Amino acid sequence: MGLRPHPPELEEFATLVGSEGPVGIAGGRTHFELGGELRPGTRTVSAPVGVVTHEPAEMTVRVRAGTPVTDLEEHLADGGQMVPLDPESPASTVGGVLAVGRSGIRRLGYGHVRDLVLEITYVNSEGKLIRAGGPTVKNVSGFDLCRLLVGSLGTLGFIAEVVLRCHPLPEVSRWFMSGTDPVELLSGLYRPVSILWDGTESHVLLEGAAADVEYQADRFDLTPVAGPPEVPREGRQSVRASQVADLQGHFVAEVGVGVVHRDIRTDPPPTEAPALHRAVKARLDPTGRLNPGREVVV
Amino acid sequence: MAEWTDAENRALTDDLTNALGARQVRTDGLERALYGRDSSTMEAEPSLVVLPRDASEVAAAVRITTGHGRPFVARGSGTGLAGGAVPLDGAVVIATSRMNRLLEVDVTGRLAWVEPGILNLDLSHQVAAHGLHFAPDPSSQQVCSLGGNVANNSGGPHCLAYGVTSAHILAVEVVLPDGSTVMLGGVTAEPSGYDLRGLFVGSEGTLGIATRVAVRLTPNPPTVRTLLLDFDDTDDGAATVSGIIAAGLVPAALEMMDRRAVEVVEAFAHAGYPTDAEAVLLVEVDGLGPGVQEAVDRIAEVARTNSVRTVRVAADEAERQALWRGRKNAFGAVARLEPDYYLHDTVVPRAALTRVLRRVYEIADNHGLKVINVFHAGDGNLHPILSYDSRISGMTEKVHRAGREIVEASLDAGGVLSGEHGIGLEKRDYMGLMFSADDLAEQDRVRSVFDPRRLSNPDKIIPGGSRCADAGWSAGTRAGEGAWV
Ligand SMILES: Cc1cc2nc3c(=O)[nH]c(=O)nc-3n(C[C@H](O)[C@H](O)[C@H](O)COP(=O)(O)OP(=O)(O)OC[C@H]3O[C@@H](n4cnc5c(N)ncnc54)[C@H](O)[C@@H]3O)c2cc1C
Repeated sequence: MGLRPHPPELEEFATLVGSEGPVGIAGGRTHFELGGELRPGTRTVSAPVGVVTHEPAEMTVRVRAGTPVTDLEEHLADGGQMVPLDPESPASTVGGVLAVGRSGIRRLGYGHVRDLVLEITYVNSEGKLIRAGGPTVKNVSGFDLCRLLVGSLGTLGFIAEVVLRCHPLPEVSRWFMSGTDPVELLSGLYRPVSILWDGTESHVLLEGAAADVEYQADRFDLTPVAGPPEVPREGRQSVRASQVADLQGHFVAEVGVGVVHRDIRTDPPPTEAPALHRAVKARLDPTGRLNPGREVVV
Repeated sequence: MAEWTDAENRALTDDLTNALGARQVRTDGLERALYGRDSSTMEAEPSLVVLPRDASEVAAAVRITTGHGRPFVARGSGTGLAGGAVPLDGAVVIATSRMNRLLEVDVTGRLAWVEPGILNLDLSHQVAAHGLHFAPDPSSQQVCSLGGNVANNSGGPHCLAYGVTSAHILAVEVVLPDGSTVMLGGVTAEPSGYDLRGLFVGSEGTLGIATRVAVRLTPNPPTVRTLLLDFDDTDDGAATVSGIIAAGLVPAALEMMDRRAVEVVEAFAHAGYPTDAEAVLLVEVDGLGPGVQEAVDRIAEVARTNSVRTVRVAADEAERQALWRGRKNAFGAVARLEPDYYLHDTVVPRAALTRVLRRVYEIADNHGLKVINVFHAGDGNLHPILSYDSRISGMTEKVHRAGREIVEASLDAGGVLSGEHGIGLEKRDYMGLMFSADDLAEQDRVRSVFDPRRLSNPDKIIPGGSRCADAGWSAGTRAGEGAWV
């Protein structure tokens, strides 16, 4: 019995990242400006590509970080499953979505993207492959570096491969509209997957057994519509879920979650205990070589 | 380890007593012995025990303790099974049992602020009037603390559908080893910075002490149905587990008991389990009426294609409670077999369940040990329980050898060291079976950001070999009588 060796593609990626000098990583470049511009002239690399194994009976998939999310979705759909990464843009890669760490509009139903990551393999600032977490759906072996890497914008390590938790593709998935107060919708509906409120009306996404979706649509007098509303992209505000009812201006808010989409730029909230966050960066990447110019701490 | 002199102990006791009051600082031998162990087979002796009443007393206790160069260990209810709360190196135990209040409930936002000493089930009871509950439900939920759940990232039968503790923790206020207080995470949707909250959950008290926790609350399901399925062949039971998942169903809970477990449990709890079955599955589905009925029918169908003997659906709440009573009393039942039991916790791919189970029987038989299996089959989380009598010479060593073989069999099958009980002291020296030296050094580096002097629950999780050369601390642990690692 021994440790699982790293596959050659990952070893090559680690060599590419190397152990010295500034280096950046690019996925689909859909959020490439987030956290500040990469220092000009920085050499950039990209992560290995491909779905390695999908095991429907385990509800897990091992996928290389550079894989476009759409490719992953297609692959999983063949086995009747999905991973609700739900990026805004079809060009996004798996690693990019995780490095950015923002959930899509189905977070109310499926939780935060960080909860989908079971195992992670990344290249650290020394150019070494580091594995954390484990391949099974449940695991508490060692420190949770998976969650540390999600949302780290590639500043702590470059994600090479992950094992993700899959969900069954729902029997039906339907959007509705409703003029009912969103707080009432949230407390009345059972496990809605998304409620998007623009201050007047709500778009509601229900998924699951057809019988349940029909039953709920009936009970709450929901009107079927073709799809989600236009979601503004310019600003993204983070509030308490219970503050959504008091929002002003033009917005689309994720009810029960607290993400507010705006058409004007908004400043991210300041980081609590910034010194501790900076110390993590300084310890894991002492020379600041990984994605120089990007800043996670506000 | 450093042997602390009487003078050093007295100076520390004096400083703590001056700051917190004599009632908060316990030094007598009986209490120290009591706080020297958790629910594992390991123990050691703390130099003293502090029982703070609030976060500021925790901060003061930590500041004073580490000011004396002394390590400390956070303790909730002491139900941990991996030796996480066992105080090594003459550590001071800081127990949260008096900090057990529900501080705030935000019904619309479905969250609550709690103190770490609140008991898991008490929290759910206290928010029940709002139709809400805290989803992670360890079998020990009547007695384990929320702080312990956070530290161990605990699971429970219903975590199959709802996720383990980490998915239900929004923010944690932490007293760091230097006595300062920080907030990790937050109650808004996307707090900025690294996810240090996620890092803290599951860190087993090695990064600091949680003094306030914001938890996510989950609406109670409108309909719940519970099924009992029994089989003549364990393989059929395991195939049913895989079949249910493969059919795209995610039950709220999916638990399995083997024949030996059913016999023991039934004799104790009289839950109405069929004692002549080789395997019994307890399946719970929840949600809306129509979908739940459909799921029940489909589960029964999957079971029938796998030669189920009987499909029993609890007719009412009383019958449902009876079915769960057996499962939840498994440990109580086992305690009647032999004076000691040793509960294991590994996870294997669902497809490997029967293969690894067979190997577990083989291992137990080879060592002449009794083993029963009651476990979270839905997520492949095995819990073999070895029962034994530690007074028989050589027995404890046998049990530990068998334990290591079970861990190795699980890893060989593509599994992991622990599904929910954690690494603590118990599996610390097995970490190298799952992680490389580089992996462990990286974990250790992250830990050292929070605790550069390694005073917060020292010598847990990461084996000694991985310590960075620049860390500079004295190695060596003294696990007291009966301790092993
Ligand atoms: C009969 C039985 C059944 C069990 N069933 C389950 C189960 O189904 N699922 C499961 O996951 N576990 C189970 N357990 C294990 C145990 O109950 C859990 O690990 C539980 O979460 C521990 O809580 P505690 O308050 O007892 O923590 P303790 O044992 O007191 O401490 C556990 C760890 O947490 C740390 N800690 C405690 N409080 C804090 C704090 N405030 N801040 C930082 N660190 C802290 C300690 O230092 C220690 O490392 C079971 C145990 C028993 C005895």
